[in-house]
Parts: sequence; C-alpha cells; structure tokens
Amino acid sequence: MFPELIDTRPWRRAIDDALNWVVRNWSEYFEAAAYPLLMLLNFIEDILIATPWWLITVILVGIAFLATRRWPLPVIVFCSLMFLGIMDLWEDAMTTMALMIAATLTAIVLSIPIGVWMSRSARTRGVITPLLDLMQTLPSFVYLIPTVMIFGPGKIPALIATIVYAAPPLVRLSDLGLRSVDPAVMEASRAFGTTPTQRLFGVQIPLALPTILAGINQTTMMALSMVVIASMIGAGGLGYQVLQGIGRLEVSRGLFAGLGIVALAIIFDRITQSFGKQLQGRIGLMEAR
Amino acid sequence: MNDMTIDTGLAIRMRGVTKIFGDNPQGALALLEQGRSKAEVQAETNHVVGLDNVSLDIARGQIFVVMGLSGSGKSTLIRHVNRLIEPTAGEIVVEGNDVLQMSLPDLRTYRRNTVAMVFQKFGLLPHRSVIDNVAYGLETRGVGKAERLEKAAQWIETVGLAGYENSRPRQLSGGQQQRVGLARALALDTDIILMDEAFSALDPLIRSGMQDQLVELQKSLGKTILFITHDFDEALKIADRIAVLKDGAVQQEGRPEDIVLKPANAHIEEFVREVNKARAIHVRTIMERGTFEDCQFTVPADARCEDVLPYFAEHQWVGVTNGEGRQIGRVTAKRVIQALARYTPGVGEG
Repeated sequence: MFPELIDTRPWRRAIDDALNWVVRNWSEYFEAAAYPLLMLLNFIEDILIATPWWLITVILVGIAFLATRRWPLPVIVFCSLMFLGIMDLWEDAMTTMALMIAATLTAIVLSIPIGVWMSRSARTRGVITPLLDLMQTLPSFVYLIPTVMIFGPGKIPALIATIVYAAPPLVRLSDLGLRSVDPAVMEASRAFGTTPTQRLFGVQIPLALPTILAGINQTTMMALSMVVIASMIGAGGLGYQVLQGIGRLEVSRGLFAGLGIVALAIIFDRITQSFGKQLQGRIGLMEAR
Repeated sequence: MNDMTIDTGLAIRMRGVTKIFGDNPQGALALLEQGRSKAEVQAETNHVVGLDNVSLDIARGQIFVVMGLSGSGKSTLIRHVNRLIEPTAGEIVVEGNDVLQMSLPDLRTYRRNTVAMVFQKFGLLPHRSVIDNVAYGLETRGVGKAERLEKAAQWIETVGLAGYENSRPRQLSGGQQQRVGLARALALDTDIILMDEAFSALDPLIRSGMQDQLVELQKSLGKTILFITHDFDEALKIADRIAVLKDGAVQQEGRPEDIVLKPANAHIEEFVREVNKARAIHVRTIMERGTFEDCQFTVPADARCEDVLPYFAEHQWVGVTNGEGRQIGRVTAKRVIQALARYTPGVGEG
C-alpha cells in the first residue's frame, strides 16, 4: 500500500463543508443566475411540443433538402421521424431535442468567443486547453452531484451538465479553425488597412466557418449522448424512457427509446455535416489545401 | 500626420533599414554593426539577418524592381514599405510621411490610401466573388456600395476579366486570379503599388502578357511601382531602375543597362551571363547622335536592341527618333552587334 504521507481527511471535510455552505447561502442566487437557461429550454420545448408533428416533419425534411439538394438525406430524415412517431416516442423526442438545442445554442454563445480569445493568445490557450480536457474526461457524475445539490434535481442541472460535456469540442474547433486561416489571406487583408475586428468578422470567421460547423456538429452529438445521464436528474424525454426500461427490465422500452436517440442523432448529424460540406464547397477550401 | 511630413521629392526613401529576426535583435544588430557577416551573426546568435543596412531612393512614377534569389530578403524589404514587418533599425519615408512614426490608426489610414499591394499567392478572399474582392480595399476605406462596385467593375474590365464579376476566385486560373489581385490594388488608386513576386506563380506566356499589361498601365497611370522578382529577365523587361539584393544587402542599384553593362560584382555578373542582352540594352545607349539622312524605318530612343534586330535583315541602319517623333540619330547593325558581343565575357575583349 502507498504510505500515508499526510492526512487528507481535513481537505475532504473542507471541500464538503464549503459546498454545504455554498448550498445553504448561495443556492438561490445560482438558481436566479441559471433561470434564463431554464426559460430558454422551456421556451424551445413548448414550441416543439406545440408544433404539430407534420409541420416539424416538413421543416426538418425541408432543411435536409436545402442542406444537400438531393433526395437521400430528406428520405432518411423522414423515416427517422416516422419511426419516432410510430413508436409513440414523439413527445419524448421533442423534449430531448429541446434539451439538445438549448445546450447547443448556449454552447455556441459561450464557446465561439472563447475560441476567438484562444486563437489570439497562446497563454489563454495554455490555460483553457487543460480545462477543456478536464471537462471532457471528468466523469459527469462528479460534477452532477454538486450541481444537483445547488440547483436541486430538475432541468437546470441537466442542462448545465450537458453544456459542460458538450461545449469543449466547439471551443477547440473554433480555436483551430480561426488559427488555420490561410496566413497569405490574412496578410493581404492587413495590407489593405483593415482593423482587427474587420479581419475577424470579414475574413477569419467566414473562412473558419466550416471548422466551426464541425464543432457544432460534435456538440450536438455529445449533447445527445448525455441525455440518459441528464434524465437521471430530471430531464425527462427519451433518456428517461431508457432509464425506465433499465429499471423495470423492459428491454423493448429501452431499446426503442435508445433507437429513438439514434434517430435524432442521425437527423442532426447528417444535416449539420451537409451544411458544413456545402459551405466548404462554396469557399473552395477543398481545392486550396 | 502633417507634423511629420518630410519632403524628400521621392515616392519611397529607405535609409539604413535593417531587419533581424529573433528574440534579441538589438544584440545581433550590434554584432552586425561591428562588421560581422550575415552568416557569422547567424552562427553566433542564431538570429537571421533579413535586411542589412538597405538604403534606396525610389523616384515617383517609375517601375523600381528589386531583384534577388530566394532568401535574399526581397520579400522582407517590400513588407517594410507598408510596415507589415517592423524594421530593427532604419528610416522609411513614403510620400513624405515617416512610416515608422505612425500610430496604428495612422498606419491603417496610410495602408488604405497610399500603398496597395499585390501578392505572389494572390491573397484573394475565397468566400467573396471577384467583384467583391476587387472592391475590398475600397470597402475597407469606407466607400459606399454602389460607388465601389462601379469602380471595381471598371477595373475588372481594364484587366480583361469582364464577365467574371460573380465568379469565385477558385473558379479562375492562376493568371486570372492575379488579374483580380492587380485590379484590387489598382482600384484603390494609390500613388504606390507594391508587387511581391506578383507574376512568379504564372505560366511563362501569361506572365509575359501580364508584364506588358503592367508596363502599359504604368505608362497611362503614372504610378510608382515597387516590384519584387527573382527573375532577371522580368526585371530587365519592366524596370526603370533595378536594385540587386543578396543576403539582405543591396549589391548594385541602377538603370537596367548599367547593371548589364557594368555588373558591380561576381554575383551580379552571374545573373548577367544568363540574360538576354538584346532585351536589356536600350537603343539610346548605343545610338550615334547627330543628323543623318532620313531612314525608311525608325525606332524610338527607348526601344531595345531586340526591337531593331529584325530591320537589319534588310538594312544597314535604322533611324532613332525622340519622344516627338523627330529623328535624332541612327543605330547601325555593327553597333548593335558590338554591344551584344562586347559584354559577353571572353569574346572581343582582346
């Protein structure tokens, strides 16, 4: 056994006490701060559930067609949605979709500015990269317990946990995309007397957009992979069905709900990927590299 | 910017410009000033000398070519004129403005209004159409949309790309892309245009056409063009004056024929040996001035030897005219042959 060099019990106690203190004195402020997130999630969920199934189908199939201009993808999207409907998973799917969309939107708003900041300063990158590694590798239950203690079980901790898990690839890919913009183009832009802001919005972000979109794709996928864990703390939706299937040893319920998650994943993965490819083709990065 | 105006009567004046790449350029600069060579400084301090005490006077309205092999510092030099690179030491005055004293906003204004640049790798914005690329500089300057698109369309036509306005750069060939780059610089209507190996990436035929077009444009617009190339033939074809750069230092500066006829050192002689002298030598340097009987054929005094060669199949001499078309002398076949032969090492020297 490893020799006991120092007594770590006081440390543990200190951390536990600190958390308890935060929960007692600060939890209402945290809840108030996270309230906009809850509003966003509820707003998206209400819209998705209030919209009739056929309209959602038309919209998603239409987007799929716009993204590829060919028929295979819209057909796949249509079949996936029909599967959800026929298996009586529609409402759960909408709840899960709302969680994923809310997490992705929040992740976009937070990640892209951080990515911009990282792309400009090696020191910032040095600080944030290990933090992202931590967010991706730390088992989610570890930060789920304190978030549940602070916010109480419900949608907010589920959403926060999903964001923590799903945002890192978007931050990384934003940073990478912005840094790998052709230096010759950046220099030309500089030679014409542009300000850093003009270069960021006029050159860097448009040229990094395919990479950023790949990051958004990753974020949606990772958000979907969190739904079962999120449902353990009250997120509902398809994840909850899986959880119930496990709890009651109902293999069919777990299997169908699980396939429903896969169907959602296919829909969003293929649509975001196709938009990325379309964008890349338009910019012509394929030929340039 | 008025308070730092220095009237030099020149488009660009560089004095003692030195650039050292590395973490501690001042230490390496001290060594360089003690007279160490570029290689010695690099061995001792691991700092690369980009430019070594470069001084150039570039008069308005001429094509000034800086020629050198790769690694000679020529691309570094041109980037000092619009301060894309900061020098370690020296002074750069452009159109009377001390470039190194400018604040960042001043520098941006200067880049927008005084110097435009054309790049070897084109540097076009791949996500914009051709016309939006050409209008880019004007857009940065804050020109309204209708006006800048109108100007851009004019320049697209001038460089011969009418009909491609809404294409993307990647849909064009290399030559066409560089015309877009040229139009983008010309659309700014700046007094000075910097061209960094602008034609080096092009096929020989397209390249020759672009050179002709550049010379024509320069004649009609009267711009000052600082042109970088590694190709001596290209330099001789378009230059009013040439500076030869090696290891970051200017080896020789002068008119093209000065360089061809009196190469300053062995390095330049090597270039000269390979070059087409009939293109480099102007008729004015070898003509006989005076009154001669009128000739059937005449050439202007700034024609080159290669231009008069075809006449000698039928004639012993051709007349030479000045700018107004009056005959001021003649050039004989013998003179031309002498000029071409004399400067071939080992021939006709005895």
